Amino acid sequence: MANATTQSPRREAFGSRNVFILSAIGSAVGLGNIWRFPYVAYEGGGGAFLIPYLCALLTAGIPLLFFDYAIGHRFRGSAPLAFRRMHRIAEPLGWWQVLICVVIATYYAVIIAWAATYTWFSAQLSWGKGNEEAYFFGDFLQMGDVGKTGVSTQFVPQVGYPLIAVWLIVIIIMALGVKRGIGRANTVLMPLLTVMFAVLVVQSLFLPGAVEGLNAFFTPNWEALADPGVWASAYGHIFFSLSVAFGIMVTYSSYLKRKTDLTGSGLVVAFANSGFEILAGIGVFAALGFMAQAQGTDVSGVAAGGIGLAFIAFPTIVSQATGGSIIGVLFFGALVFAGITSLISVLEVVVAALQDKLGWGRVRTTLTVSIPVALISIAFFSTTTALAVLDTTDAFVNAFGIMAVALVAVIVVAWLLHKLPVLREHLNRRSSFKVGWFWMLLIGALAPIVLGYLFVSEVMTKITTPYEGYPGWFLAIFGWGMVISLVVLAILLSLLPWSRRSHAKDDPEYDEFLVEESYMPDAETGTVRVPGYTSKGARS
Amino acid sequence: MTPVAIIMMIIAMVTVWGGLVAGIVNLARHPEVADAEPNPPAEL
Repeated sequence: MANATTQSPRREAFGSRNVFILSAIGSAVGLGNIWRFPYVAYEGGGGAFLIPYLCALLTAGIPLLFFDYAIGHRFRGSAPLAFRRMHRIAEPLGWWQVLICVVIATYYAVIIAWAATYTWFSAQLSWGKGNEEAYFFGDFLQMGDVGKTGVSTQFVPQVGYPLIAVWLIVIIIMALGVKRGIGRANTVLMPLLTVMFAVLVVQSLFLPGAVEGLNAFFTPNWEALADPGVWASAYGHIFFSLSVAFGIMVTYSSYLKRKTDLTGSGLVVAFANSGFEILAGIGVFAALGFMAQAQGTDVSGVAAGGIGLAFIAFPTIVSQATGGSIIGVLFFGALVFAGITSLISVLEVVVAALQDKLGWGRVRTTLTVSIPVALISIAFFSTTTALAVLDTTDAFVNAFGIMAVALVAVIVVAWLLHKLPVLREHLNRRSSFKVGWFWMLLIGALAPIVLGYLFVSEVMTKITTPYEGYPGWFLAIFGWGMVISLVVLAILLSLLPWSRRSHAKDDPEYDEFLVEESYMPDAETGTVRVPGYTSKGARS
Repeated sequence: MTPVAIIMMIIAMVTVWGGLVAGIVNLARHPEVADAEPNPPAEL
């Protein structure tokens, strides 16, 4: 991608605003929308959950999405560079997000590999009717007990080979770059995912018992609204669902053209993500209603979320329904596509950070980043103890990685660096939907309170009871040790100097942008001088 | 389905999908500005 006439290659960019929006939706719509939302909503009061959910979307999800967009678009860099340009002391936040993404990428890929394999299994009902649970844990995962054997190195081929295939596909997409790789993958996969899911929902609605499932899903339990735990789970869900605060939206918005309607795009992304969740809720509960009827129980007896829903309940539905194989192929295919578009966004955070840091080209950086991440992923997640490692790293990196970095970021940016007015001004320059003091209040006050509450309650639960009863040494390494080492490594990485070839020191495009927008020049790049300003005075 | 479940389902669809449609309409009314276009005069 290097431009022969300039020293440093031009920053990559999405082909158009619509490609950016599709990619941002692709990132936000992931496994969580399909397998997490329906169950969270059902548990949190069914139809009544809509109220805390919409509150969380409007008061935390969308404002935080704007916050990320503003940082990435104003400072035009990957997470570490954008935070560094905001202020030197904020740089560790960016590296922390990069490392979180490394961890997430390693285990996210294996779920895609399972789903891909199950797409194939669905066509042939490989698990055998009535044997779905035993097949998943025993035949497929060959699950071992970490308490007895420790972390296993025994390779499980039916997981390992698909995992290698997933990595090869993802590495090719990443190496092709933002426009030809990420943009094009999302332009193809997102419409396909939507159509597949719509067909799946319609087919589920025609299953006998589907109406009972919808009834269970939408019947409001108003008493749930009095439970603070339900509100917390709504805020927690929105927060994870929108992919805010772990660098993805910062990175993606740095690839946007200078004059883009940021908030208008953000609203479409946020509502598209929620729209997909409602659709998933309808599809999943219609199918669960059928399953309950077939087994002669209530919907409450079969309702599940996460891995249990996808790899045990759905295979059961596929076995029992007429035309079940089609349902299975559509469902697992949807998981694969939703997962791939999210995985590439997670990896892009890491690739972009190294591109900025080293000033390297696309292919070289992609291979340098993706191959080690892929090898770690294959080493830990194609063995018999994959599920325990996945379960633990996922729970800990969510609570003490993503949630913690979000909490620290809003406090640092709002209260320590006082940058919210700068970000607000940038958002309002080009956007159709203006944000005012209320947005600053939501980011500066409500977000820290809600995130702080969620964070403290997570700390309490994880300290008082060992997570899922895993052995202490195991949680110390893959849980606490992992999340603490991310913070330590992030601080160490921000101590490394940026070379003269890096984009922190050499970025004519950024200088040009600052001049065009009449912003103060950057203290570090400063290759273009603006009359009347000195680089020492650069602040905003 | 019970009437209350149907009402909640309709409210959920209208608010979320309606929000999506409103967002798309708003964006369509503000088409993308090409980067190549000259800047509007800074002072009128």
